[in-house]
Amino acid sequence: MSAAPITEADLQAYADGRLDAERRGEVEAWLAARPDEAERIDAYRRLGEELRGLYDPVLSEALPPALAGAALPLRRRWSRFAAVASWVALGAAVGAIGGWELRDSRTVAAPAADVGALMARRAAVAHVTYSPEVRHPVEVGADQEAHLVAWLSKRVGAPLRAPKLEAVGYSLVGGRLLPGDNGPVAHFMYQTNRGTRITLYVRTEIAGNRETAFRYAREGNVSVFYWVDRKLGYALSSADISKDDLLKVANAVYQQLNP
Amino acid sequence: MNEAQRLIELIPRLRRYARALVGDRASADDLVQDTLERAWMKLHLYRRGTDLRAWLFTVMHNVHVNKVRSARATDPLEDEMPELAQRGAQGDALMVRDLERSIARLPAEQRAVLLLVTLEEMSYEQVARTLGIPIGTVMSRLSRAREKLRALMLGQGAAAKLKVVK
Repeated sequence: MSAAPITEADLQAYADGRLDAERRGEVEAWLAARPDEAERIDAYRRLGEELRGLYDPVLSEALPPALAGAALPLRRRWSRFAAVASWVALGAAVGAIGGWELRDSRTVAAPAADVGALMARRAAVAHVTYSPEVRHPVEVGADQEAHLVAWLSKRVGAPLRAPKLEAVGYSLVGGRLLPGDNGPVAHFMYQTNRGTRITLYVRTEIAGNRETAFRYAREGNVSVFYWVDRKLGYALSSADISKDDLLKVANAVYQQLNP
Repeated sequence: MNEAQRLIELIPRLRRYARALVGDRASADDLVQDTLERAWMKLHLYRRGTDLRAWLFTVMHNVHVNKVRSARATDPLEDEMPELAQRGAQGDALMVRDLERSIARLPAEQRAVLLLVTLEEMSYEQVARTLGIPIGTVMSRLSRAREKLRALMLGQGAAAKLKVVK
């Protein structure tokens, strides 16, 4: 059982925690016999922690307006996203102050590390992208609801339902398929008879999170309630109604999906 | 469309990397802004399904290298960069400023590798792809960056101690 010789690259990878268990054990045994090397590698590891401690707070800083506007060259081909970009960037800043403190207080500063918060942000982007659409708000309309639900269920890979929200004043407009970070996402749109719209974003494959309480995030002027229920993550977005009213709808959605 | 969303989501990470790369906040945000503008223009060149983050950091790397080159034609990248201006925005902790200062004193090419590995937590392969260098070079720069940083921090610790004793 002669292990391959320990190289400097192994030691670097060890400091980064990137060796598999077997190799890690070999490196540990090697270091155990070499206190000076062990101290050097441990110093590298600590420096990494200090670096992250020093710069991770940048992740949750408010974006300066100039930077939020840096998406403007999009104007021609991506006009819609220019607006969304500068706006979501600003929203992220607001969210950093407003929304985050409502979440459980983990020390992780990176929003990207939180699947739920990331989902809320994507849902907000989807909301501002599609809810103003006059001619093409959805891909499949409510007149083909059975087809819509079957299609989205098939593509998302989980049996979905479009909750009925007439009791809280909303009727289904229809839905569409969106690209998510982990595969297709279902997006349902509802509106009141006065045209106020809300959207429900449903994604799968939320590993490790069996269930969560409702959480609230604000992205720009979009309010989002999001939660995880078994393998599905839900985010309900609105730019037009109050947090309390949105919460009522979120409760209705939840009850519909968990009779 | 999806790329645009993801690109927007990566902005805070670009800022974090840029801050560590160039030191002060204003220059870092200038770099991010230039990077974004370039990225938007070049987004059609991005190949769907490939690593968007690596692509974006490559754009930033190229923008940065060009900026440094045009700003200081006399000072090749391989040489030790002079200490960058520090604003002390991160607070008054002496150690924090020491670390910022020490990072600024790393050769730019080593600093980039160290930051992509430790801050972005990119795999060594991703770093190689992002910077367009062989993986062996990634490993040797990483090793040298860490050793130099450790020595700088030790040196400063020693200096600080001496001062206290005196």
